[in-house]
Amino acid sequence: MERHVLVVFPHPDDETFGCGGTIAQFAKSGVPVTYICGTLGQMGRNMGKPFFATRESLPKIRETELEKACQAIGIQKVIKLGLRDKTIEFEDPELLADRIEQILRELKPSLVLTHYPGYAVHPDHNALGDVTIRAISRLSDQERPIVHAHAFARDCQDVLGPPDIVNDISDMAEVKLAAIRAHRTQSQLVLGRLANGQLKKPSSKDSYSHMLRRESFWTYHF
Amino acid sequence: MNPIDKSIVQPALDSFLNRDVYLHLETTNGAYAAHNRESNMTVGAYIRNGRISYGRGIITGDGPYRVGLKMELGWVYAEGLTDFEMEQEGQLLLAGHDQEGRLAVALELSLHPFEL
Ligand SMILES: [Zn+2]
Repeated sequence: MERHVLVVFPHPDDETFGCGGTIAQFAKSGVPVTYICGTLGQMGRNMGKPFFATRESLPKIRETELEKACQAIGIQKVIKLGLRDKTIEFEDPELLADRIEQILRELKPSLVLTHYPGYAVHPDHNALGDVTIRAISRLSDQERPIVHAHAFARDCQDVLGPPDIVNDISDMAEVKLAAIRAHRTQSQLVLGRLANGQLKKPSSKDSYSHMLRRESFWTYHF
Repeated sequence: MNPIDKSIVQPALDSFLNRDVYLHLETTNGAYAAHNRESNMTVGAYIRNGRISYGRGIITGDGPYRVGLKMELGWVYAEGLTDFEMEQEGQLLLAGHDQEGRLAVALELSLHPFEL
């Protein structure tokens, strides 16, 4: 059993869409989970459907959504880095790695979930994943947690091979769906399309229902 | 936000004339545009808290609308604007939303810096 799971992602909702079921399973089995959330997703273009957020109200709304989603999946503690959406790759990576390193030394997680640098599509994902890997690589072999990295770039399977960690999260499908719903501004459009049958069939690997059954990760090798 | 009413937005633009104002200007087709193959490029730009002053500011078009702000040494321009909001004192928010309600363009003016 894990001692403590540390989750590091840049946007409120990354924790839910990418690994909400996995986190919920850890939380349910009594493992403490801490989430380092980089930004408030200030620059998202989804404003709800029908839209109810503005560019200026979005960060506060997403902060509340994050709170509800964390409650749903069982994340007890959120550390907000206070960075700005779309700007992480322009920050000094060593300074950001210092902050992550300090948290790592404090919490001593046995497992870290983060984005696989270079294979996580959004520049913020790749940048924060990179900084997290830098921070973890500063630890000694004995201190270093296992890293399960999330990747979804179109070429990731070609380059990284198939994911070595495939979690069956069917038992947490309802919990994950509740967390997805909590991220209202970000999920209303896609949930509406799902209800209208505009999304891919359940058999498709990228489909929403696939997302409620399986979550995959690549173990990062140092 | 509400659908743009030029008879409200034009006086709001006039209220900022020849004053130091903070500008938020952006356009985006979504961070996943290329990944989702909605477009072959992910395109976006934003300015947060650019400080400007303009001597002429006009909203025009029949909807979606266009705004041009003429400065001493240049222009600020946005098109595709559909909605506005003036809930905060000294702040005008304009945005263009697509059919799905996603923000595609925003032009915002404020007498105080926008939150970071
Ligand atoms: Zn994200």
